[in-house]
Amino acid sequence: MIEAIVFYFFAVLSVTTATVVVTVRNPILAALFLVLTFFASAAIWMTLEAEFLAITLVLVYVGAVMVLFLFVVMMLDINIARMREGFSRVLPLGIVVAVIMLALMWSVVTSDIFSLEVMVKPAPRAADYSNTKALGGVLYTDYVFAFEVAAVILLVAIIAAISLTMRKRPQTRYQNPSDQIKVQKADRLRIVKMPSSGEES
Amino acid sequence: MTIGLSHYLILAAILFSISIAGIVINRKNIIILLMSIELMLLAVNLNFIAFSHYLDDLAGQVFVFFILTVAAAEAAIGLAILVVLFRNKRSINIDDISELRG
Repeated sequence: MIEAIVFYFFAVLSVTTATVVVTVRNPILAALFLVLTFFASAAIWMTLEAEFLAITLVLVYVGAVMVLFLFVVMMLDINIARMREGFSRVLPLGIVVAVIMLALMWSVVTSDIFSLEVMVKPAPRAADYSNTKALGGVLYTDYVFAFEVAAVILLVAIIAAISLTMRKRPQTRYQNPSDQIKVQKADRLRIVKMPSSGEES
Repeated sequence: MTIGLSHYLILAAILFSISIAGIVINRKNIIILLMSIELMLLAVNLNFIAFSHYLDDLAGQVFVFFILTVAAAEAAIGLAILVVLFRNKRSINIDDISELRG
């Protein structure tokens, strides 16, 4: 019973906040409501005994990705009025597309092969069962190649993001320690030979 | 009253449909588009975790782990492109981005 209450509470919360995300005017509010959606989803993942991924969702998404979103939204000067033009015109189209999509998926996922008789709810894990340990056990053995590929993807993302946004400013003055150390006397000092002017007088 | 697999699948389907509607109705707003894509990936991840729980197979959770990795990389690069675009054009409106139109 308590599971059902928790599930329905967070399900309604996530659906409501997701609807707000796609309809609200202000992009900052949309980002904040998306954070709430992620929190509700993390709670639902908890009820599915995926504790590690629930915590990861909060840490990675709320802590990193959404902060990045908020940072970009606040850094850019966005013309909300121009962004919203045509909103009420395409709103019925969006609703129709969503309802058709939902009806199609509904007809698949409510079929008997996903019912409780076929997919029996597994018994709860023992209290000393560690989801993190089990996930690590397969991640570093069976899926170690995919894990390395994920690391390379993250490295590529870092390099791409930095090289896209970094710019050289020619007017900025900065020191180059390597050049300062390697400097020679001949580079800085020039001795000019010239006749002295006081000898003849 | 037990929560079955189809409950989770229906919730994921609803979230997915909302994000599809978001992509359709926010065509002018790149930031909301990126958020809708994140929402879509969240719905897919919920499917993976629900099946992983009911089939008692950890592979689904491993897959979600990799989807989270790729989604974070995608968000970072997408937002970097957005920043560069804004720096060059002083606008991120879809209508102003038409260099590749012949």
